[in-house]
Amino acid sequence: MEGKGFDVGEYVDLMALLVDLQLRDEYRDGVVENFERIQAIAQVVNEFPLPDNIEAAPVFEL
Amino acid sequence: MNLEQLDAVAIASAVRSGKVSAVDVVQAALQRIEARDRELNCFTTVTAETALADAERIDGAIAQGKNPGFLAGVPFAVKNLFDIAGITTLAGAKINAENLSATQDATAVAKLKKAGAVLVGALNMDEYAYGFVTENFHYGATNNPHDLKHVAGGSSGGSAAAVSSGLVPLTLGSDTNGSIRVPAALCGVFGLKPTYGRLSRAGVVLFSSSLDHIGPFARSVRDIATVFDVLQGQDDRDPVCTKRPPVETRFMASSEDLADLRIAIAGDYFMKGASSEASAAVYQVAEAMEVNEYITIPEAHRARAAAFVITACEGANLHLGRLRSRPQDFDPATRDRFLAGALIPSSWYVQAQRFRRWFGDRVQEIFQKVDVIIAPTTPISAPLIGQQTMILDGEEILVRPHLGLFTQPLSFIGLPVLSVPIQRSNALPLGVQLIAAPYNEALILRVAAVLEAKGIISI
Repeated sequence: MEGKGFDVGEYVDLMALLVDLQLRDEYRDGVVENFERIQAIAQVVNEFPLPDNIEAAPVFEL
Repeated sequence: MNLEQLDAVAIASAVRSGKVSAVDVVQAALQRIEARDRELNCFTTVTAETALADAERIDGAIAQGKNPGFLAGVPFAVKNLFDIAGITTLAGAKINAENLSATQDATAVAKLKKAGAVLVGALNMDEYAYGFVTENFHYGATNNPHDLKHVAGGSSGGSAAAVSSGLVPLTLGSDTNGSIRVPAALCGVFGLKPTYGRLSRAGVVLFSSSLDHIGPFARSVRDIATVFDVLQGQDDRDPVCTKRPPVETRFMASSEDLADLRIAIAGDYFMKGASSEASAAVYQVAEAMEVNEYITIPEAHRARAAAFVITACEGANLHLGRLRSRPQDFDPATRDRFLAGALIPSSWYVQAQRFRRWFGDRVQEIFQKVDVIIAPTTPISAPLIGQQTMILDGEEILVRPHLGLFTQPLSFIGLPVLSVPIQRSNALPLGVQLIAAPYNEALILRVAAVLEAKGIISI
């Protein structure tokens, strides 16, 4: 996913099919641009090593 | 009596003591809205008829010797994502205009009414709260009252501008990544984002549930504290609303002694990315309290990044059905972002949520050493309407996603934050964030009250 030569446009097209989004042609460039922005930002979080014992920890109380 | 410049507590006091009637106060607010909202574009709905009927009831209660509440006769308005019984909740969207009217008030609206405040309308916002500018494709841009060519900030832009311009003394907004604090700073008013879960969001259209908060905008610290007290309390209609007992803060906000508090400036990320004017605002606040210690909130840039990913995922999931069936009806400024957010791999989202725990633990460690942290609210003052880019730290970057640079890492872990207004001569206002550990809203209100008494922060 974050490797070299990855085609974001291709990913966007396939993933949109998988989640049943009919991406209109006129939206595609904007969606690809936004996905590239999210990808760059997510990389900042994804590259950070988290210990296995760090959990999201939703808390349920009565 | 200049009703336009009084804060909510002063108005309520005048109404309770019979110096002015609630009907006169509400009529004056409706006249201001009628005269000036055409150029400001704060309001999407004005509830004149019910407001006047409510005001008459308040006056009737006073005449009968009954207690009309802390906020008797105070006109208020809410971001148009709060349910108002009998009105359709727009959430800034054309799509939602087709919905039926809400059948009951949002909990926060009901609590303010119960305290005697009078609802006069609903306020403009970015579509589905996804933005920092309130340039809404369907309902127009809200203009900054300090200079109409500039944005009011967002997404609660109508809420901030309505208080800043004196249309009403009190409004409510919501804050997922900075949507109360950013417009409060850019319009030069007080904006409180309490601890995550502190105030009920029942009857509020959500955006990114694990980050969504509500809070007030006001003209004074005592107003913020009074409204915060009124809004607290358990609510089974909001699954994240705390079961902790409410803490009364409005009396704490009058303490003048801060000697027992350890206060520090958030350095590194928070000062490096700030313009010289935003840094100067922080120094002005720090100097007034003789604060010269700095702390580093580690990995704040990753916290902001993680908040960005979570927001994109949760927002897209919430609107997925509408994105599938009618993407053409979204605001073009939010549509492509929502669509892209629907395509994010799950591991990115889970990593961002787990990072939240790691980051929260580090910040808890900092709060063992300090009680209150100060930081700029926005990196710059209000940009022009339509402005696409800005220069920060020598780099040209997009305006829209970066106005929340300093607010996002803090709401990410639910910290209570008050943005306090710094007025500048011949320049647009700025905000400074006062930040405390979870559930310590009282501390930041104490600090704000001292700054206000010293004349450092004001409307």
